[in-house]
Amino acid sequence: MLATTVIATPHIRYLAILPEIVLLGGGVVLLAVASLVRRQLRVRVGTLLTVAIAAGSLGVSLWQWADVTGRGGFTAIDHAVVVDGFSVLVNILVSCAVLLTALVADGYLLRERVGGAELQVLALVSASGAMIMGSANDLIVVFLGLEILSIALYVLAAFNSRREASGEAALKYFILGSFSSAVFVYGIALVYGATGSTNLAQIADFLSRNVLVHDGLLLAGLTLLLVGFSFKVAAVPFHMWTPDVYQGSPSPVTGFMAAVAKAGAFAAFLRVFLSSFGLLRADWRPVIYALAVVTLLVGAGLAVVQRDVKRMLAYSSINHAGFVLLGLQAATGRGASDALYYLFAYTFMVIGSFAVVSLIGRTGDVAHDLSTYRGLARRQPLLAVCFAVLLLAQAGAPFTTGLWAKLQVVLAAVDNGSVPLAVIAMASAALAAFFYLRLAVLMYSPAPASGGVLGEEEPGEQPVALTAGTVGPFRAGPAEQAMAEAQPQPVEELRAPAVRGARPVWAGTEQSVAVVDRLNAALLIDAETVTVDGETPASAAADQVGGDVERVEAPDPALVSKVPVPALSAVAIGLCVAVTVVFGFIPAPLVDFAHHATLLFVP
Amino acid sequence: MTPLLLASTRATIPDLITFVVCAAVVLTGALGVVMSRNSVHAALSLVLTLFGVAVLFIEQDAQFLAAVQVIVYAGAIVVLFLFVIMFLGVDREENVAAEPLKGQRPLALVLVVIAATGIIFLAATSHWVTGAHAVAGSTTAGGHSNTYLLGRSVFTTYLWAFEITAGLLVIAVVGAVVLARRPSQVHEEPRDARPAAPGAGGPGDAAVASPPVAAAVAAGTGASGSTTDDGERRPVPAGVTGRAEDGMDERVTGS
Repeated sequence: MLATTVIATPHIRYLAILPEIVLLGGGVVLLAVASLVRRQLRVRVGTLLTVAIAAGSLGVSLWQWADVTGRGGFTAIDHAVVVDGFSVLVNILVSCAVLLTALVADGYLLRERVGGAELQVLALVSASGAMIMGSANDLIVVFLGLEILSIALYVLAAFNSRREASGEAALKYFILGSFSSAVFVYGIALVYGATGSTNLAQIADFLSRNVLVHDGLLLAGLTLLLVGFSFKVAAVPFHMWTPDVYQGSPSPVTGFMAAVAKAGAFAAFLRVFLSSFGLLRADWRPVIYALAVVTLLVGAGLAVVQRDVKRMLAYSSINHAGFVLLGLQAATGRGASDALYYLFAYTFMVIGSFAVVSLIGRTGDVAHDLSTYRGLARRQPLLAVCFAVLLLAQAGAPFTTGLWAKLQVVLAAVDNGSVPLAVIAMASAALAAFFYLRLAVLMYSPAPASGGVLGEEEPGEQPVALTAGTVGPFRAGPAEQAMAEAQPQPVEELRAPAVRGARPVWAGTEQSVAVVDRLNAALLIDAETVTVDGETPASAAADQVGGDVERVEAPDPALVSKVPVPALSAVAIGLCVAVTVVFGFIPAPLVDFAHHATLLFVP
Repeated sequence: MTPLLLASTRATIPDLITFVVCAAVVLTGALGVVMSRNSVHAALSLVLTLFGVAVLFIEQDAQFLAAVQVIVYAGAIVVLFLFVIMFLGVDREENVAAEPLKGQRPLALVLVVIAATGIIFLAATSHWVTGAHAVAGSTTAGGHSNTYLLGRSVFTTYLWAFEITAGLLVIAVVGAVVLARRPSQVHEEPRDARPAAPGAGGPGDAAVASPPVAAAVAAGTGASGSTTDDGERRPVPAGVTGRAEDGMDERVTGS
C-alpha cells in the first residue's frame, strides 16, 4: 500500500544535541585529518584537535547552560532528548574529562608508540555516548548511548596491542559488558510491556495515572534495568570486571573509563530511576540500600589488600560508586544533586590519579606495584605532592572536593532517614583512607636499600594480598574471584590451606616476590646484566623469572631514575589538582552549580 | 486482565499453536547455540532461533520485520559468523571440559533452575499484561502497511535513536582498524622481547611473558586464545586451592 500522507518529522532544536554533534563530528574530522598528516605528527595533531573539540563542546555546553538557566529545560526531537541542568552538567563534566584525557594520552601515545589518533577518536565517540545517556529521555536512547559508550571503551581497553593484558581486559569487559547490555535490553522490553512506552516521561505519566494491581512485569523490568546500570557503574555484585579491566587497560584509558563511564551510567541511572520510576521508590530504595552497603564495604575492604596500584584504584572506584549510590538511595532532588557533585569531583580526582599512574608505569605501562612508589617524593617531589593531594581528596581529606562530596551524600542519606547507611559509608571512608594514606606514606618514606618491601608493610595483611588480592587475577575467572571478593570469609579460608598445607612453597613465594620486586627495579634502570645476592630459593626463582637474566642484584631503588613527565600530562595533573583543591577551599560555586542543575530537572 | 497467551483480542487456537511451535523452535535453537561443541553447529542453531522469531513476527502482523529478520540476521549475520569461524579455523578444538573454576557448572545449574522457576512461577501466578497500549500502536493501525508505520516511527519518535546508531558505525570502523593492527608494524621495541617486564602486579607480567599470539586478527581472539593456553599449561597440585596456586605459579615462575 502506498503511503499517501506526508510524515510530519519532528522539529529539531540543534542546541539540544550540539555537544554530541561536536564530539561525534569532531571525531570523524580528526580521523580524516590524522590520516592526512605525517605519522610523526599524528599524535600531536590528534591531541591538539581533541583538546580543541573538547573545548568546543565545553563551550557549547556552557551555552546550553545559559539557555537552560534563562528559559528552563526543554525536550527535543520528539521528546527523545531532554536538556535540563542535569544533562548540561553531565555534558560539562564529560567535556572536561575528554580534554584532560587527551592531555594525558598524548604523553602515553608518544611513549608507547601504539598508534595514531585512534585513541582520541574513540574517546570522543565514547564521550558522546555518555552525553547521550545524560540527556536521554527514552530508554532506547539510553541503551544506544550505553552501547556507544561501552563499545568504544571495549576497543580502548584493548588499545595497547603489545600488552596481552590489554587485550584480555578488553575481552573480559566485552563479554561481561555485552551480557549486561542484554540484561538491560530485556529490562527495557519488560518495562515497555508493562507501561506501553519507552519514553521516560510517558512511563512516569502512565505510572502516575494507573495503579498496577499486578506489577510483576514492571518490577521484573525494573530489576533488570537495575542490574544493567549496576554493572556499568560497577556496583558490587556486578563489579567483577572492574579490577581486571582497570588494570589491563592503558592507564589514561582507565582514567577516562572510570570518569566518563561512571558519569554517563550514573546520569542515566539517576534520571531513569528518579523521573520514570520515582513513584516506585518504595520498591527500589531498599535494593539500592543493600547495593550501596555491599559496594561501600567490598570496595574499600578489597582495595586494602591490593598491591597493584591500578587494582587498588579500581576497588577504590567501586567504593566511590557506593557513595554515589547513597545519593541515589536518598531518592530526592538533594540526593541527585549530591550524586552529581560527587561525580564531578570524582572525575578530576580519578583522571589526575591515573595520569600519575600512567607516568609511573613507564614504558610498557606495567610498573604499577606499590613498591614502585616508594621514595617517589625524594625523586620527584612535585609529582608526589600532586598524587598525594589527589589520593587524599579521594580519601575525603579536608580542603579538597573529596570531603565535600562525601559529606554531601552522607548528609543526603541522613536527611532521608538512612542513618545506618550513612554510618556504614563513614566507616568505609575510614577504611578507604587507610589505603590511600598508605600509598601517600609510601611515597614519602625513604627508599630501602634492599627489596624487603613486603615484610615491613603489613604482615597481617600480606598472605591475603598474595593469595586472593593481587596475584593471578587474570587466570582466575570472574566467578571465583567474585566468590573470593564478595565475602571476606572465603578469602580467609583460602588463606588458611595456603599457609598450613603449603608452607614451604609459601615461603619461597615470599622470597620470589622480593626478587621480582628487585628485578623490576633492575629492569627499570635498563641494567643489561644484574647480579644476585639472594638465597637459594630466591636465585632459583630468579632463574625461572628471567631466562636471559642470569644474576640479580638488589639495586638501590634511589637509583631508580626519575620518570619523565611530559608537559601536557603535567598540565592535566595540574588542572586536576587545581580543581580539587580550589573547589575544596571554596566549595560553594561547584556545590551550588550541582544543586542548581538538579533544580532545573525536567521530570 | 488476560493471561499471557491470550493477551491479543484476536488470539485464536491456530495462533496459540503457532506460538507454541515457534517457541519450541526458538528455544531448541537457543539451546543448540549454547550447547553445541562445534561452533559451526552453534551458528547454524542460531538460524533456527532467528527463523522462529521471524515466524512470530508474522504472527504479530509484522511481515516487514519478519523479512528483515530472515534476510539480515539469518542471512547476512549468521553467514558472517560462519565466515569468521571458518576463517579462524573450524577444526580448532576448544577444550570445554577444562574447568578453570571448580563448582562453576553446578552453581550455574542451580542459578538457572532458580531463575527459571522464578519466571515460570511469575508467569503462572501473576497477570503479566497490564493492558497498556503501545505508543507505537498496532502494526497495521489505520490501514497503513507496517513498513509505513515502521518508517514513521523511525523518522519521528525514534529519529534520535536512529541517527545516533551512526556513532556505533564510527566505532565499528575505527575499532576494527585498531584491533586488527599488528603491534610489530607500528614500532619494534627491544623491551618487548624481555621475559619479565617490570611490575610485580601479577597479570601484567604474566601476559607479557607468554608468547605473543600469532597473527592477532583481532585482539579479542588473541586474548581468548591466551586464556585457554594459560588454563591448559597450568598444573594444579593437590592440596592447594586453585586460586592460591594461581598466585604461587605466577610468582615462582615469575612468568
